[in-house]
Amino acid sequence: MATKLPAKDVVIIGLGWTGAILGNELTDHGLDVVAIERGPWRDTATSFNIGYAPDELRYAVRLDLFQRPAQSTVTFRNNGGQTALPIRQFGSFIPGNGVGGAGIHWNGVTWRFNPTDFRLRSHLTERYGADFIPAELSIQDWGITYEELEPYYDRFEYLAGISGKAGNLNGVIQDGGNPFEGPRKRDYPLPPMRMTYGPTLFAEAARSLGYHPFPQPSGNLSQPYTNPLGVTMGQCTYCGFCERFGCANYSKASAQTSVLPVLMRKSNFEARTECEVLKINLDASGKHATGVSYVDSSGAEWEQPGEIVLVCAFSFNNVQMLLHSGIGQPYDPATRQGTIGRNYAYQTTSGLELLFDDKIFNPFISAGALAQVIDDFNGDAFDHSKLGFVGGAGISTGPTNGRPIQTRPTPHGTPRWGAKWKQATKQSYLRFFSMGSQGSSYAAYTNHLDLDPTYKDRFGRPLLRMTFDFPDNDIRMSNYVTDRMEDIAKALKPREYIVSRRTKPYSSVPYQSTHNTGGTIMGADPKTSAINKYLQSWDVPNVFVVGASAFPQNAGYNPTGTVGALAFVAADAIITKYLKAPGPLVPS
Amino acid sequence: MNKLAGAIGTAALFAALLAPCAVRAVDLQSYEFVERGRYLATAADCAACHTKPGGAPFAGGVAIQTPFGTLIGPNITPDPDAGIGAWSDDEFVAALHDGIGRGGVRLYPAMPYPAYTKMTRQDALAIRAYLRTIQPSSNQVDANQLPFPFDIRFDMAVWNALNFKPGRLEPDPSQSAEWNRGRYLVDALGHCGTCHTPKTWLGADKNSAYLQGATLQGWFAPNITADERKGIGRWTIDELVNYLKTGANRDAIASAGMGEEVVHSSSHMTDADLKAIATYLVSLKPAVADNLQPVAAADPRMVAGQAIYKDNCSGCHTDAGTGIPRLFPRLAGSHAVQSDDPTTLIRTVMFGSQGAATAAAPTGPAMPSFAWRLNDAQVAAVLTYIRNSWSNAASAVSAGQVGTVKAAAATP
Repeated sequence: MATKLPAKDVVIIGLGWTGAILGNELTDHGLDVVAIERGPWRDTATSFNIGYAPDELRYAVRLDLFQRPAQSTVTFRNNGGQTALPIRQFGSFIPGNGVGGAGIHWNGVTWRFNPTDFRLRSHLTERYGADFIPAELSIQDWGITYEELEPYYDRFEYLAGISGKAGNLNGVIQDGGNPFEGPRKRDYPLPPMRMTYGPTLFAEAARSLGYHPFPQPSGNLSQPYTNPLGVTMGQCTYCGFCERFGCANYSKASAQTSVLPVLMRKSNFEARTECEVLKINLDASGKHATGVSYVDSSGAEWEQPGEIVLVCAFSFNNVQMLLHSGIGQPYDPATRQGTIGRNYAYQTTSGLELLFDDKIFNPFISAGALAQVIDDFNGDAFDHSKLGFVGGAGISTGPTNGRPIQTRPTPHGTPRWGAKWKQATKQSYLRFFSMGSQGSSYAAYTNHLDLDPTYKDRFGRPLLRMTFDFPDNDIRMSNYVTDRMEDIAKALKPREYIVSRRTKPYSSVPYQSTHNTGGTIMGADPKTSAINKYLQSWDVPNVFVVGASAFPQNAGYNPTGTVGALAFVAADAIITKYLKAPGPLVPS
Repeated sequence: MNKLAGAIGTAALFAALLAPCAVRAVDLQSYEFVERGRYLATAADCAACHTKPGGAPFAGGVAIQTPFGTLIGPNITPDPDAGIGAWSDDEFVAALHDGIGRGGVRLYPAMPYPAYTKMTRQDALAIRAYLRTIQPSSNQVDANQLPFPFDIRFDMAVWNALNFKPGRLEPDPSQSAEWNRGRYLVDALGHCGTCHTPKTWLGADKNSAYLQGATLQGWFAPNITADERKGIGRWTIDELVNYLKTGANRDAIASAGMGEEVVHSSSHMTDADLKAIATYLVSLKPAVADNLQPVAAADPRMVAGQAIYKDNCSGCHTDAGTGIPRLFPRLAGSHAVQSDDPTTLIRTVMFGSQGAATAAAPTGPAMPSFAWRLNDAQVAAVLTYIRNSWSNAASAVSAGQVGTVKAAAATP
């Protein structure tokens, strides 16, 4: 039997980037806030001790900071005709766990999506006609515009200390930045990172082909920085232990390095770690949340009443939480009715490795977000009218790491083990670099999330079931962009290059991306979206659902910048609108 | 009726604010006097010993390690039995000024009466007035946990005869009012010497080494005179004020006991008082400049230390030892690094240390522990290196010293 606790103004599920940002904004406004976090407390000096933080076996191979499948996992199938099976070892994506969430183990790449991304269906219809959009795609507008989001992107970038170069300041294109980006009111808080040899060569080759390379916006800080909250962060050392690792020297933006030092000092904030929320409780009407029920690490069950519930967990968990709580109508691909689980999307990537005889690259000098990028083939920056697909990808060279276990570049035809493999590794290790394309993943009517009919988690709740394969549109897109990537590779005249194209079916085994999006998407129509433009549930107005689960489809960018901006949108809406008149902020 | 009472109260408050304290008799229960007492109790950091972390304010229970054994900070709330509610004002003042508690009980100088004796009677009464407003706590504290023979309080009569000079601090007319205020805050209220002045074998202040640094509770409280190498002589008054106010300045971040002091005491003091403290401390010039020579760069300990530093330390503290302001302390030119006694350095490298976090500098960065990774000789080498690089100069650290500090820290 659950023990009922004293009520709080706000209950936050999950203390990662969004939970920390919302917690900080709402406590500043005087609200009494508790964050309930499934995983452990983590802080830099004790959890990411410089002495053992760069342990590739522990963190990158054995995934120490990540969700354990025994805690929870998802079941997976490619299509509705198959029976989904549980993922018992995370591969294609690796969800985080604990305070800081995925913001602990990210690379730090911090984009804004393009203005056209936010009104995707409208924009493509206007430019190419409604018939141009492939029938398999369920892409939608976001219900919010880039112009509305701009100030919130700005707040996140200044909170996190993002290093980059503006490409469009108030409509004026800036040399050296991304000319395809939406207009920004001011430049990044910090200058771009210093480029190493690989990205420099990539940029030269791209420029020689008429493209527009620019430094990737980075949450690995190029300089020491004190953010608007007064928290000081360090300067990136280019050690190359970002993705899958916590940063040991306070130089990768995270809730820990940007927000928590201020938030944890507040008497009106409390974090309860190693406590897993089972469900959001609703009153008899089903239209009002009364709080949450959770289980602590000893197995004791608690009821935490609250006036507002913020669902701030990873995208899968946000969707699962609404389904387990009976909030909203589950999406049914057969009828295309329902909203929860709708428009699950991912990221469509491809890679290319270049091997040289006459050039030395030191992959040990690297960082998660250190890269040169071209956006000439991203989003709708290029004319699709004769191409037979929609969407696009950024192409980049980003030396994220040279970690010795998993960085093993070898030429074509090299055995996968043994003396020849070792010899080839030794020859190639310093003489290679990679390119990648990170492409949009456009939602399809068949791709969705729902509750698995067979498999349950340790609390007896149904696991989340993922039904996903790459839409044919996205494979065509990825092939086209990969061709362009090959053009750049050829211009660099390597001894050889090895292309890895994206093919169907999607496999959950090899790592691709942890950019899992959608399932509780935002929009202007309650029939086709779970939340409104303020991240507020259409069905239960005192519940807000924040994170990449809100994306109606995924763009050719890493999600964190947009996720951070949406957290500020929700905070602002709660403070300036909801508290004054609790109820739906958009009539339905 | 209430409105009228409020108006009278407000008028009284204004009158009190306008009245020069020295001339008129003070209303011991006035808001102004109680508030002054609160400020003074903060400046004197009474809570450091009398408020257990997470416990009721001033209800006691903090264990204080001394070379003679453990003392527990007593309950000083107004509870008549467990606290000091039954004490008269004169008894309270006698405790501060003479180290004699109610009924003639001799206090141990862990209660810094050798410093508080310098406090004005008016300030002592203000603190008393404030303590009267605290929620009474029935928490019973047995302060004296000392082993025989130190547990005999009468010992202190002898000790006082040898070591204790009661009496208020007389202003030095040759110095500015600010300097005199600073000295009063440092010597009387702040009792800085309790940690920063070395002690004789009897535990009394070694006055010849006033504020020149001392080892206590497993840490070294550094020299805070204006010595340019071992003291705060390289800091401007503003830098010193920043440090005391926020816990961090361009070079350093407070941690351990000083971190607690900043968080609980000096960060709540007025800028004028902090400037007075800084003005006084920077005036404490050493008699002679040292001519210390650094350990030679070719010394094997320095060569090994440099390699260890590159691998383990330079990512944050930088190759040049400059650190990053308000995040990673500067090692080059640091007085904490060049102190004669390397206890704090050894301890910080071995066990890590949490930096202070204040509203003005909330980051609270921490040094991680290297105990599992570096052996005693390696810690000694890297400390010898940082103590003798970038124009630093200090004695080499031996593996034996590291072992001693490690063993001491391991035994509570």
